[in-house]
Amino acid sequence: MKNEWPLWEIFIRGQHGMSHRHVGSLHAPDAEMAIKNARDVYTRRNEGVSIWVVEANNISASSPSDKGPLYEPSESKVYRHPTFFDIPEEVGAM
Amino acid sequence: MYAQMIKSEATQDDPEKLAAFQARIDAGEKIEPKDWMPEGYRKTLIRQIGQHAHSEIVGQLPEGNWITRAPTLERKAILLAKVQDEAGHGLYLYCAAETLGVTRDELTEMLLDGRMKYSSIFNYPTLNWADMGAVGWLVDGAAIMNQVPLQRTSFGPYSRAMIRICKEESFHQRQGYDVIRKMAEGTPEQKKMAQDALNRLWYPSLMMFGPSDKDSVHSAQSMAWKIKMNTNDELRQKFVDQTVPQAEYLGLTVPDPDLKWNEERGHYDYTDPDWSEFFDVIQGNGPCNTDRLAARNKAWDDGKWVRDGMLAHARKKAARKHAAE
Ligand SMILES: [Fe+2]
Ligand SMILES: [Fe+2]
Repeated sequence: MKNEWPLWEIFIRGQHGMSHRHVGSLHAPDAEMAIKNARDVYTRRNEGVSIWVVEANNISASSPSDKGPLYEPSESKVYRHPTFFDIPEEVGAM
Repeated sequence: MYAQMIKSEATQDDPEKLAAFQARIDAGEKIEPKDWMPEGYRKTLIRQIGQHAHSEIVGQLPEGNWITRAPTLERKAILLAKVQDEAGHGLYLYCAAETLGVTRDELTEMLLDGRMKYSSIFNYPTLNWADMGAVGWLVDGAAIMNQVPLQRTSFGPYSRAMIRICKEESFHQRQGYDVIRKMAEGTPEQKKMAQDALNRLWYPSLMMFGPSDKDSVHSAQSMAWKIKMNTNDELRQKFVDQTVPQAEYLGLTVPDPDLKWNEERGHYDYTDPDWSEFFDVIQGNGPCNTDRLAARNKAWDDGKWVRDGMLAHARKKAARKHAAE
């Protein structure tokens, strides 16, 4: 059995109301220690009001080579952007 | 609005904790799912966010009705994209509600058996293409009026969902205005259709903001908790003030003979909708209540084998992977 501590991805909420954002990773034996370590590694200058830790193993990611099939279809759908429609100035912001 | 007549739940919590909680809200802090919160706050929010989510989902039906019959391929693609956005809005909101300890299936079941409501507006039919214009312009316009202030609501996940939704709504209203403008500037028959759509949807749109403030007895607690940011009449007035010039630009007449600019107030005076009709629709007696619920129930029942099949497949795959390890 491997004795290496697992890798954790660390997410910090910078301010009340904001989403947690990924700030980096670290190793820790369990979630509780990962939070403690994250406190020391990533919030030494008051960077956060809340910490989330997720074991890196549990993150599934899209692959960069799937860029085409994933995102190209939205390129032709320009009408999803409000500026696609001409709205006369007289009627106000919309 | 998308959430109408949300009754604030009574709360029986330790007064000291309640005061500290209120102080956080007054200081503009956001409440997050794992923070302590009064039971009444939690329950009221589940009901409000749930009703909001249901409205996004049921709200796809009146517009979905016209996707296959859009007049051009471009209009069809646009309408499809708009309805797809609404599905997304429903999902953001269900997820926000789920952080409060209710499950997606519970919320769905409460919609399907009528224990939870959705906005009264979606119980009106969409009779022709002009209605696609009027819905985007008026219904999404009214929704925006309500959702913009909710970006500042006290519950973090709700506020963040609103911020995301508001970014997407501008497209909805503009595509609607573009549709109705084409018709208003078209042949006399088309212009007549545009006017007819406005005539039918004007008052139902005003009803979206909920009953008049004098009959809206549940607001105070929700406003203190920053679950509700404005009174119903405030938002309705804002909507009227914004929409009247837009109708005038189109050469359309708002179906309210008493509508007029009040110099002194700096607002339009307008006629309230027929509130007995509103309460009737809420009670289930609108023109489309039965159809809408039947459509959602059918979608849920017909989708069961897909949901079950996907889950069975995922479980099988996980078991196989487990066995290989
Ligand atoms: Fe929406
Ligand atoms: Fe919308």
